[in-house]
Amino acid sequence: MSVAKILSAVALAAALPLAQAADITGAGATFPYPIYAKWADAYKKQTGNGMNYQSIGSGGGIKQITAKTVDFGASDMPMKAEDLQKNGLIQFPAIMGGVVPVVKLEGIKPGELKFTGALLADIYLGKVTKWNDPTIAKLNPGAKLPASDITVVYRSDGSGTTFIWTNYLSKVSPEFKSTVGEGTSVKWPAGVGGKGNEGVASYVQKINGAIGYVEYAYAKQNKLAHGQVQNKAGKFVQPSDDTFKAAAAGADWKSVPGMGVILTDQPGEGAWPITGASFILLHQKQEKPENGREVLKFFEWAFKNGQKMADELDYVPMPDATVKEIQTAWKGISDGSGKALY
Amino acid sequence: MSDARTLAQNSNPLYRRRRRMNSFMMGVSTVALAFGLFWLLWIIAVLLWNGAAALRPSLFTQMTPPPGGTGGLANAIYGSVLMAGAGTLIGTPIGILAGTYLAEYGQRGWLAPATRFINDVLLSAPSIVIGLFVYAIYVSQVKHFSGWAGSIALAIIVVPVVVRTTDDMLKLVPNSLREAAAALGCPTWKMITLVSYRAARAGIITGVLLAIARIAGETAPLLFTALNNQFWSSDMNKPMANLPVVIFQFAMSPYEDWHTLAWGGAALITILVLGINIAARALFSRK
Amino acid sequence: MSAVLDNGRLAAADPSAAAVLSPRPPMLRNNALMDAIFRNLTRFFAFLVFSLLAAILVSLMIGGFQSIKEFGLPFLWTEEWDPVQEKFGALTPIVGTLVTSAIALLVAIPVSFGIAIFLTELSPVWLRRPLGTAIEMLAAIPSIIYGMWGLFVFAPLFQSHVQPLLKATVGQIPGVGLLFAGPPIGIGMLTAGIILAVMVIPFITAVMRDVFELVPAMLKESAYALGSTTWEVVWRVVLPFTKVGVIGGVMLGLGRALGETMAVTFVIGNAHRLKASLFAPGNSIASALANEFTEAVGELYTSALIELGLILFLITTVVLACSKLLLLQLAKREGVRT
Repeated sequence: MSVAKILSAVALAAALPLAQAADITGAGATFPYPIYAKWADAYKKQTGNGMNYQSIGSGGGIKQITAKTVDFGASDMPMKAEDLQKNGLIQFPAIMGGVVPVVKLEGIKPGELKFTGALLADIYLGKVTKWNDPTIAKLNPGAKLPASDITVVYRSDGSGTTFIWTNYLSKVSPEFKSTVGEGTSVKWPAGVGGKGNEGVASYVQKINGAIGYVEYAYAKQNKLAHGQVQNKAGKFVQPSDDTFKAAAAGADWKSVPGMGVILTDQPGEGAWPITGASFILLHQKQEKPENGREVLKFFEWAFKNGQKMADELDYVPMPDATVKEIQTAWKGISDGSGKALY
Repeated sequence: MSDARTLAQNSNPLYRRRRRMNSFMMGVSTVALAFGLFWLLWIIAVLLWNGAAALRPSLFTQMTPPPGGTGGLANAIYGSVLMAGAGTLIGTPIGILAGTYLAEYGQRGWLAPATRFINDVLLSAPSIVIGLFVYAIYVSQVKHFSGWAGSIALAIIVVPVVVRTTDDMLKLVPNSLREAAAALGCPTWKMITLVSYRAARAGIITGVLLAIARIAGETAPLLFTALNNQFWSSDMNKPMANLPVVIFQFAMSPYEDWHTLAWGGAALITILVLGINIAARALFSRK
Repeated sequence: MSAVLDNGRLAAADPSAAAVLSPRPPMLRNNALMDAIFRNLTRFFAFLVFSLLAAILVSLMIGGFQSIKEFGLPFLWTEEWDPVQEKFGALTPIVGTLVTSAIALLVAIPVSFGIAIFLTELSPVWLRRPLGTAIEMLAAIPSIIYGMWGLFVFAPLFQSHVQPLLKATVGQIPGVGLLFAGPPIGIGMLTAGIILAVMVIPFITAVMRDVFELVPAMLKESAYALGSTTWEVVWRVVLPFTKVGVIGGVMLGLGRALGETMAVTFVIGNAHRLKASLFAPGNSIASALANEFTEAVGELYTSALIELGLILFLITTVVLACSKLLLLQLAKREGVRT
């Protein structure tokens, strides 16, 4: 008798979806997760439609969209044109931001330590192992550097943030390029792996003498001690809205098929050298056209209304001209019968 | 207890050494017990200390927030209840019926001993492998994550627990009851359902409660099956928020407010699980 | 209702009446049918449970087939784990799993033994049930709670107090000191092993306690009568008698430790590198799966991970089966149905 009650309750609960608003699922990069989550929250408040984004890493986003288990995938590493063709995917950038080195050292404040790209590469190669190493001390004459070991923290999951970081290190250090290379998941010579931007930030917070790389929003929200990095023009810059925008200023989005432009080590006095865009992956031929339309509706809303939220979290929204190019590209998405979707 | 004998014993160095060894070892054993209890009390204390801040009514009424926002765990709690409920509803009948076969029909033949053996192996199998299994046969076939996939994974964990307890409880029912029923002309199936089940009822319910306690905290099997959901969802056919995965995500993050929520969720699960365990034991012992 | 029962009883009690009442009354026919249905229903579900193990094995083998074909047997001893080059080797996770489990057992066995002795010999009777329940509560606490507590509370304390102490004392001994080399970061193989030990203690304790209680009182009383101390009775009478069961319990604990996921994932450090030091981060099969499965890009990567899952499942199945066999053997000696 009570079993019947339970059964009917479950049946009722399972039947509720008929009253549910449209819910789309996306998965992938942890890099833009804070801003996507904020957009989704605001979008739901305004339209009642939910966008459920799971930050499982860029590698996961690529895998899930190829397996069609989600409506869209998100990746910080742009897919090459041949792979896009092969999997029938279309790609567009949604948001830009910077990756910053973060450290945990007694008495070191955010923005205090200076790094060069070559130094970061050596630390991640495991060649520089102590904080009071002469190369670090030379760049930071005023800082109190202890004699303790450096604990390197990297991403244990497949990540576009890793791609941006390793892409930059490969550009500034030939040894890094030949030993480790670039990719969403590489063979790290040293250190500890954290899961997601969250995991890396979490470990850096807990381990004394740790250094890691995270998306700037994570560093800022958790008051981690980020470092300055020397850019291509030779200047030491702080990560900020302005330096990210300066790096993105020169980007020509049409130059690479699939809009897969990589923004690391850009020229410019005020440019942050480790900037990148985060991309959205959708199928060209939508098997579930309603879902596809909802995805595009969401991003159109975000491009129009999400600028302020992006600025608050120190992301760089796509410039208007690029948004127009993106929306033109959307015309290439079709539903099952070949008609344009949006 | 004569003085002379004690005096004689105490003056014997071998005896003294044996006595010392005994006291030492018994002391070590007491220390071991204290060691075990120490961890238990420490973990519970930490949970309550950190989770107390989050154990507010808003935990149950507000949704999981984006980083930097305030909120609660309502959708995660709801999702966990749905999936645990569905998993129990699927797994319990299978477990009870299989356990019945083992206890009532299993005296001859090969199936019963073999199943009992395999059941005990499954009881301690790594739950992450069960998640892999459900991913392979269900998620990758229907091509999306869902609450149903999570429920199936949980049901697979429930079954061995229920089989084991049903088997044990039914075996405890005295044969005289069965024989009395048979003597009255009761067919076997009626005897089992009307006599054996009724006699073992408390024990079987205990088993189901213990199974629920077991799956309440399981995270690994839900990682690749139900995934997670930022919003409230009753659609079992879509990714579903659930407490353990949310705790995992929030705990591994660097955000303070997420940490507080994670501790709150952890305290909630632990109180629930420990409560069910203690209640189940009390219920059974009274019987 | 009673009329129906009367009908059945009448027919069963009086064979000649049965002949008169043939064809068999509907009630008896229904009962026979229901009996057959019920029996086959339960048998079907028992068979379902029986085949579950095989089903899991088969599905894992199918999923891991690509990786098995690609890497073959050397997969088991290759350290390299390179998703970019698509070269995978299971050595680090396998070693990590075995080492953390070994540390867990090393700590848990003496502690469980001590607790079991206390509960069976030392404790006053009224305290036995509550203490036993309290220890079993350690088993009830979900794995993710252990992980959170381990990462947030235990690891920082370990890093700031225990690890430097270990380095300064045991770390100075040549040879053994290699196990404690490297910077103390709080997380790592040793931390994971200790947390596993705490998780495994209740299982081993429960089995030890059960088998200790199986020892015939007469044996113990004879020893006491000869003037043995409690310790001597435990060491020379109880333990040799229950040897097989104790080993079975230890293997049960081992099986648990091998498969533990969430607690280990939080604190093991997720590094696919083999180092001699216990302070170093490593990986276990379960934690590699938890970390990497949802995002493994590419068929081969996914297949390699599933093959890891297969290896883990095989190891735990063998260990648990051995444990069960040993416990059955002891039970048979005692005539207790397990």
